[in-house]
Amino acid sequence: MSTIAPQFRLSRFIGSLFDLIFWVILIFSLVGLPIVFIVLFYIKLPVINNQLMTPYLAMTWMADPSRTLPIVKNFMHTTLFRVMAFPGFGFAALLAAATIFVERKFLAKMQLRVGPLYCGKIEGILQLMGDGFKLMSKEIIIPAKADKPIFWMGPLLFVGAAGAFVSLIPVAPGWVVANPNVGLLAVFAVIGFFPIIAVLTAWAANSKWTFIGGLRALHQMVAFEIPLILSLLGVVILSGSLNLSQIVESQEHFWWIAFLPIGAIVFFITILAELERVPFDLPEAESEIVAGWLTEFSGMMYGLIQLGTYLKLYAFAGLFTVLFLGGWNGPMVWPPFPQDIITQGITIGPVTAKFPGLPLFDQQMLNGTLWFVIKTVGVILLILLPRGVFPRVRIDMILHTGWYKLIGLAFINIFIALGLLYAGVLGPGGLLH
Amino acid sequence: MTTQLPPGMHLETVDDKIMTLNVGPQHPGSGHMRLIIKVDGDYIVSCDPDPGYVHRGEEKMAEYRNYIQNIPHLERPVIHDSSNILYPYCLGVEDLLGIEVPERAKYIRVIAAELNRCIYILYWLAIYGIFLGHSTMFMWPAGDRELFIDLLEAMSGARVTHAYLVPGGVRNDLPSNFEERCLRQVEYFEKRLKEYEAIFYQNPLLKARTEGSGILSRTDAIRLGTTGSVLRASGVDFDVRKKEPYDVYENLDFQTIVMKEGDSYARSRVPYLEMFESCRIIKDALKKMPKSGSVRTKLKPNPKGGNDEVYRRVESGRGAIGYYIVSNNRPEPYRVKISVGSFRNLICMPYLLKGEKLGNMPAVYWGLNYWPVEADR
Repeated sequence: MSTIAPQFRLSRFIGSLFDLIFWVILIFSLVGLPIVFIVLFYIKLPVINNQLMTPYLAMTWMADPSRTLPIVKNFMHTTLFRVMAFPGFGFAALLAAATIFVERKFLAKMQLRVGPLYCGKIEGILQLMGDGFKLMSKEIIIPAKADKPIFWMGPLLFVGAAGAFVSLIPVAPGWVVANPNVGLLAVFAVIGFFPIIAVLTAWAANSKWTFIGGLRALHQMVAFEIPLILSLLGVVILSGSLNLSQIVESQEHFWWIAFLPIGAIVFFITILAELERVPFDLPEAESEIVAGWLTEFSGMMYGLIQLGTYLKLYAFAGLFTVLFLGGWNGPMVWPPFPQDIITQGITIGPVTAKFPGLPLFDQQMLNGTLWFVIKTVGVILLILLPRGVFPRVRIDMILHTGWYKLIGLAFINIFIALGLLYAGVLGPGGLLH
Repeated sequence: MTTQLPPGMHLETVDDKIMTLNVGPQHPGSGHMRLIIKVDGDYIVSCDPDPGYVHRGEEKMAEYRNYIQNIPHLERPVIHDSSNILYPYCLGVEDLLGIEVPERAKYIRVIAAELNRCIYILYWLAIYGIFLGHSTMFMWPAGDRELFIDLLEAMSGARVTHAYLVPGGVRNDLPSNFEERCLRQVEYFEKRLKEYEAIFYQNPLLKARTEGSGILSRTDAIRLGTTGSVLRASGVDFDVRKKEPYDVYENLDFQTIVMKEGDSYARSRVPYLEMFESCRIIKDALKKMPKSGSVRTKLKPNPKGGNDEVYRRVESGRGAIGYYIVSNNRPEPYRVKISVGSFRNLICMPYLLKGEKLGNMPAVYWGLNYWPVEADR
């Protein structure tokens, strides 16, 4: 039960409001404005009404909304925006946070529980924020005999590698952080970093549990990397490209999962193993080895590892969407931007305001993003599902699966793809291409 | 080497190949105990269980309290199975003091004992599930325990430590319309149990993981003196309720569950199948129970036992629990010795874990139906 402050005084309340305003102005002028100016110097500014915009005119744009939108639009085409916000880190972190919340509620419903309920009034929506603040406020404990530089580096490297993976995923036509011609090879290269990071941090923590967990992670990831790579070769054979955006474009008429279901299944199982999710969560098997290679992490170091794990989850789900489910392709469902707003402006009472620069995003991009998000969320839900159904497997079972069964299936998948190519059904110059 | 070590002790030599792991007492995969495990790669070379972290001296405490005062503290070793751990004590004290128990009280005791057995097995199953990484199997039994806890709360007034069974009967009569409520909840629970089968016991990954691990042969099971579900999973048809029926078990219709495999899977499955039998017993007892009558024979104030001794045992959730009570013409017992199933099943852990993989450790450990607090008493 909460009570309204019993010793409420109006004068003190007004005083505290002034205090708040003072701090907001101070922080804005000391931190906010410098950041705005740094960003503004970075953007290639447009020419409006024969006047070249300069960062020093920033105050005039704040007063004149017709000048704001073109600059925002220019900002959105910089690499900085892409890395920080839209197809990059911010977008992925938002989806990752939503994934954690959905996972907790989804699993709770499967297990006849309610899950987070109280924090944030509506179905515990702020629980994640609370957990985040708790992790930040916790003490970071480093084991006395740990190899400290590498131990510190571990979570940062993990998030860095996960971020690099996220940057390779194309979300909408033209919206991707990095678009190398050998995108898929770059993905394989980034995935190869994760076992190294796991082993390094496990060794650096100098504990038996982390050591065993690190070795398990190494065995598991290496055993599943090869079927992962092999299962994706079918897609490369049929689409004739290693560039992820071109692979998406090649699926304009039909998705590769229709022709390569075996490859999709193998890839999905290897995703579960690479992400250390149930039933392959044995590097973190708590009843055997405490928390595996994460045992010695505490506070925000553990939080960073969790962030990296969920970024990785998003990236793998996105990769599955891009390679097998047609990426951003889908029927046009997004409504077109109303033309009369561009031509006549918005009328609010007596005032008619015109906003040059609208629309901010074109219809193709919004529609593509919508389809990509829908498909990716579906894949993420499928990845979360086994956690409520399966127990953990043993290390010998996982190695047997990885080195023996999945590699065999992946080769069958490659032969199917080659058969389709040489029969002239698919591929460059094929019947259905 | 200057320091003299006690006989039987030796210093460990540093061997690069063998790694010693202390599983417990602060480890999510151990109870209130420690397992000193030596591993060679992924294989366990030796396992040395080290119980005793929660020894509370229940036997000694019993020598300073009279026969009635002993009831609440004797159920503390297994609060989830408190009716069953009190049952042999009540039977023994009744023998010592020469008390006759009313017929209705005998049925109520059996119902309480079977309800409590289900509570214990569900708790055990929940931990078995989470030990194998199956989180749904942790949540479902832990939630379904509420059904039986509510029933026992209605009977006794307490949710875990019931202290419901007393020498001479039960503490109080059943509440009104208990029979219908009990029948309804038990029937609902039988439906839920079938869902456990689908999600847990028929799960291919669980079968692949536990079948054929930690095999205890029939002869070894008898030779090592195991009891309860571990014994029955190795193919020995032994249940105290059948072999030495106490109270009204001989009138009731149930079977002993026996499996021949003797592996972790069989040890996890026998208690699960026993819950079906417990439900049968409860339903049968509700049918055959006299509908009215006394439920407790009043004792004299501060009753004294003669110069006598008695040993009674019952079948609990973890196997046979026996009480050996000696009296010497005083209100307090001269000696109370409790023989518990947990401790006897613990003995075979070093045999089972030798040569196993480390990943099998939780399955074998918790499959032994071992409750650390009870073993330490």
